[in-house]
This record gives sequence, C-alpha cells and structure tokens, in this order.
Amino acid sequence: MVRVISRRLIQLVATVLALMTLVFFWLRSLPGGPVDALLGERATPQTRELLTRALGYDQPIWVQYGRFLKNVVTGNFGNSIRTGEPVTAVIGRAFPATVELAVAAIIIAIGLGIPLGYLAARHRGRLLDNATIIVTLIGISIPIFFLGYLLKDWLTQGIHVFPPSGRISTGLDNTDVTGLFVLDGLLTREFDASADALWHLVLPAFTLATIPLAIIIRITRASVLDVLDEDYIRTADAKGLRNATIRKRHVLRNALLPVVTTIGLQTGALLAGAVLTEKVYNWGGLGTLITDSISGGRDYPVLQALILLAAVVFIVVNLVVDLSYAIIDPRVRVQ
Amino acid sequence: MPLLDVRDLSVVFQRKGAEPVRAADGVSFTVEPGQTVGLVGESGCGKSVTSLAIMGLLPRRGNRVTGEVLFDDTDLLTLRPSDLRDRRGRDIGMIFQDPLSSLNPVIPLGVQVAEVLERHRGRSRQAALREARGLLDAVGIPDPARRLKEFPHQLSGGMRQRALIAIALACKPRLLIADEPTTALDVTIQAQILTLLKELVDDSGTALVMITHDLGVVAGLCDTVNVMYAGKVVERAGRHQLFGEPRHPYTEGLLQSVPRLDVDRGGRLHQIRGSVTDNIPWSAGCAFAPRCDRVIDDCIGDTVPLEPTFRGGALRCTNPVPTEVPA
Repeated sequence: MVRVISRRLIQLVATVLALMTLVFFWLRSLPGGPVDALLGERATPQTRELLTRALGYDQPIWVQYGRFLKNVVTGNFGNSIRTGEPVTAVIGRAFPATVELAVAAIIIAIGLGIPLGYLAARHRGRLLDNATIIVTLIGISIPIFFLGYLLKDWLTQGIHVFPPSGRISTGLDNTDVTGLFVLDGLLTREFDASADALWHLVLPAFTLATIPLAIIIRITRASVLDVLDEDYIRTADAKGLRNATIRKRHVLRNALLPVVTTIGLQTGALLAGAVLTEKVYNWGGLGTLITDSISGGRDYPVLQALILLAAVVFIVVNLVVDLSYAIIDPRVRVQ
Repeated sequence: MPLLDVRDLSVVFQRKGAEPVRAADGVSFTVEPGQTVGLVGESGCGKSVTSLAIMGLLPRRGNRVTGEVLFDDTDLLTLRPSDLRDRRGRDIGMIFQDPLSSLNPVIPLGVQVAEVLERHRGRSRQAALREARGLLDAVGIPDPARRLKEFPHQLSGGMRQRALIAIALACKPRLLIADEPTTALDVTIQAQILTLLKELVDDSGTALVMITHDLGVVAGLCDTVNVMYAGKVVERAGRHQLFGEPRHPYTEGLLQSVPRLDVDRGGRLHQIRGSVTDNIPWSAGCAFAPRCDRVIDDCIGDTVPLEPTFRGGALRCTNPVPTEVPA
C-alpha cells in the first residue's frame, strides 16, 4: 500500500511539472498580455516598456521559465498582477468557497445517484426505469449555465424560495474558521449562519450536481443490472439467502466498483462546471477567480497557480478513488 | 415415497417477436432418498434448465414453468417465494459449473460459507465461521483457518469447487443438485472432486442429482441415468443397463463417441452426425430422427411416447437398438 501511494505521488509530481510547462507556454502564446490589459490601448511605448521590465517579461522566455519553475518548487507563486496581493492569499480566499460548493454537489450526486440508479435497475423496463432514463438524459444534456439561470429565474424571482446569489446573506455576522460557511456555523455554534449558508448553497450545488448525478444514476443502473446477472448472485439465491441480504451483501458492493471510478473522473467535470455555476450564482470561488483572471488582465501568476491547484485536486481525488477501489475489491490489492 | 418427484416439467422461454423455445419439455423423473440420479445430454438439451427450474432459480421474467416438482410431497413450483427460500440451501443444495464466477469475488470465503448457516441454522457470525472451518476441512481444503479469510481469486480451481461443495452441504440438505460440477476443472482435479462428492453423499445419505455431459462421470457415480435430448428424457435405465445395453440410438451414439485409448491412432473418432439444432419438433415425431442412423418411416408423424421397459427403465424410441436378451 505504501509503495503504491509513494509511486503515485511521484507520478503526481511528474504530471504537475509537465502540466505547468504546458500552461506556462500556452498562456504566453495567447494574444495580448498583462501589459496590454493593465495599461490599455493608448499607453505610450515608454510606459509599456517600463511595466514590461518591471514584471520581468523583457527577459528571454527560458529565463522566465527557469524562474517560474524555481518559484513553483519553492512554493512562491508571486503576486497577482491585477491586485498586487500574494497569489496564495487570493486563492486561499476563493478556495474554500469552491470546496464547499463541490463537496455539496458531490454529496447530492452520490447520495441521490446511487439509490436512484439502484431503484431503476430493480424496476428494469417498468415506468420508474424508463422515467429515470429520460430524466437522466435531460440532466446530462442541459448546459449548466442554462439550467442555472432557469432555476434562478423560477425559484428566486418567480417565487422567492432561495436567495439568488452569494454564499451568505450580507450583514450576517459569521465567524470565519475554515472558510466553509456551513461548517463554520456548526463549529462556532452560530447555527443561524449555518442555515443561511446552506440555504444559499442549495441552488448552486444542485445546478453543479446535475451532470454527475445523471451519470452516476446511469452507471449505477447498468452496473447493478450486470451484477444481478452474475453467477454468484445465483449462488446466493441457491443458498436461500433473504433478498435484503443478497442486495446488501452481494449486489451493492460489486455494483459500486464502476460507480467509484466514475466519481473520480467526474471531479474534472465538477471543476469545469464550477466555473459556470459560480458565474451564474456570483459565488466568489475559484471559478469566478479564473474568469476574472483571464478576462480582467491576463493575470499569469494567479492563472498558473489555479491550474496547478486544479490538477493537484484532480490527481489526488483519483488517487483516493483508486485506493478506495482496493478497499472494495480484494482482487486489486494483490498488485 | 421418492424424495424428489418431477412430473411433466416444462420450461418455455418466450421473447417478444421470437418463437417460444421449449427448453424442457415434459420432463419426469424421481429421486429416492440417498440415491444418485444422472441427467445426461449434449449442451442445449435442457438439463441445466431442468435443474434451475427445480430450484426456482430461473429468471423471473421471460419464461413459463409448468408441471410439478414434488419435494417431500410439496410442490416447489407453487410454493410462495419466501417459503422456497427457506428450503433452498437448507433442504436442497446446489453446486454450479464455474466455481470462480459462482463465488462472490469481493467477499471472504469464510463469510460465503458462514452466511448459509446464519440464515438457516440461526448461528451467530462467530459460531458460523467456526463451523465453516470444519466444513472446509471436511471437503479437503488445507489450512482452513487461513482460507476463511481469503478471497476466491486466491484459491485454485479445485479448491473453489470444494468450497462450493462445502457451501451446498453446510446445512446437511437431503438433496444435492450438481450442475456439471467438474466441467471447468482439469482432469486430475475432476477425479478428486467426484471422489469427494461420492464420499460425502454416501456418508451423509444425501440424494444427488448429477447433471453432466460426461459419461465417465455417470459411470462412476450414478445409480440411475436419464438421457435427455431436445428437452425430453429419451431413455432411463440403471447404470449397468445403460452402459451394457443402450437401447436408444442417441444413447448408443453418446457411448460410442467417448474417445478410446485402445483404438489405433489412425482410427476416426466416432461422432453423432449433425448437431442439436438439427431437429424436428417433438410434436411431429422424434426430435432425434434427422440425426439418427436407425430412422424409419414411423419415426416421423406422432410424438413418440416414453414407455416403460421390462427392466424398470423407460425408453422413447420407435426403432430401438435390439438387445441380445429377447424382450
């Protein structure tokens, strides 16, 4: 187990290094740049040159690259070009918001997806099953930004069920511990803050969860149907085991294997979806930060750090998924 | 009174837009307590379907089962599903063809044995595991304490089949149904498993229904043999009669098809021409007629009935292989 983890961590470092190299050159090959963005079109050549030199963009690209690598390794990501704040501070502020949103979405997707997929499989070919197939197809097909605005229009404008945007009501005096507002409220016993944050979380989390939810339902359904056809289920039937025992002990665990893999892969989709969801609900997390950093000034240091963070999160989540695979399936443990 | 009395058991598979398939067609046979009965035939003759129908293990949809399966004078086919579940694993055990796929890959072996005892004997997990250890020992699995914690993929093919036998016999059932239990194993292991089965059923007085296409298995194990073709029993006889004087041309063909070591290497292996799919419906005569060497005009026309023979067996043939002893 230790060897597996250490090998995967080395892979992680290599992947991140390769990715950072790609991102470095890709960002710099985009038309425009921080200098144009900061100074605008009517800046004089002199000011442009001054700023270029001040930001270090006058040096040969490989020197910039070397400096960049050194900074990444030492954990120094520099300052935001837009605001001058340290990148770590900018990201540190936005990260918990996205974590809260993504975790809520994953909880919805898994918590609803596995039971619904299982139910659909049990009702194979009947009304519930067919309805599930149609609804999940719609869930997969609807773009996040469309569904987001639709829900927002219905449930915050038409009937005021949920707050339209933000993470917490303004003027609510909440203490910041982890940056996860729902959790903070529980930790500090400010339950009104917790409830308020949760209320704000419902629509964005559901919007973000739709696609992973639909996919998890489908995978679970297909997987349960596969397992029900397995010989060992017939053996369990031949033993005279009760239906509940067979489902719990023999069907569910085997059926979960493909689902777990899917959950890992959906993390990527979740990060991408967060960009759109956060925009719709003005969430103020990493997604908002990415769009602002691209459109508002080509903030190279922030963008580089954001992409690095996304890659690390994706790889770590998939590492956890692979490790949990080994817990569920003893056949994987041997290698 | 027979322990198991199968009467006119038919299984018809129905699918939308397709002709219904009669996989088992009026199968009748009995098993006395402690007796070993064989069901023999080629792939697709309906022997596995028959056994699954007896156990109520056929998929719930897409098929129709008719007839009677009397176990202890109770018709298993009309039993409530929960009552049938109470009997499966307790009164009737079953062993399957492929021991690897028949064991759950993600559950330790010990639990897979113990859960039968928990279900039918009301044992606690601890007590059931202790008992399971003894069961694994009884079926010849070395170091059973360690094996209890292992998973199916860590066991050899022979050991997996032994484990399945231990599971099937855990509650000391009065009937054991073995569906091609040695087909997936190599020859040396086959012999070990058969010996083990024979010992176990002899010691415990368990009746055994042995489903196989392997006549060698039949010869070593069975008291009575039912030869099946295209869903029907075509010949029933005691082991010695069947091997000594087969009456049905199909039985004779099967016996001749066993490769022999005492024939020259150049000699052609005997085969029954055609395949199971070359048949006519039983309603139009004898399904085996298109492949039969002894076919006569009378074979086509009406269903050929299964008629008792003077030796206590039964035969479904218009023009049987003649016997030396006059009838």
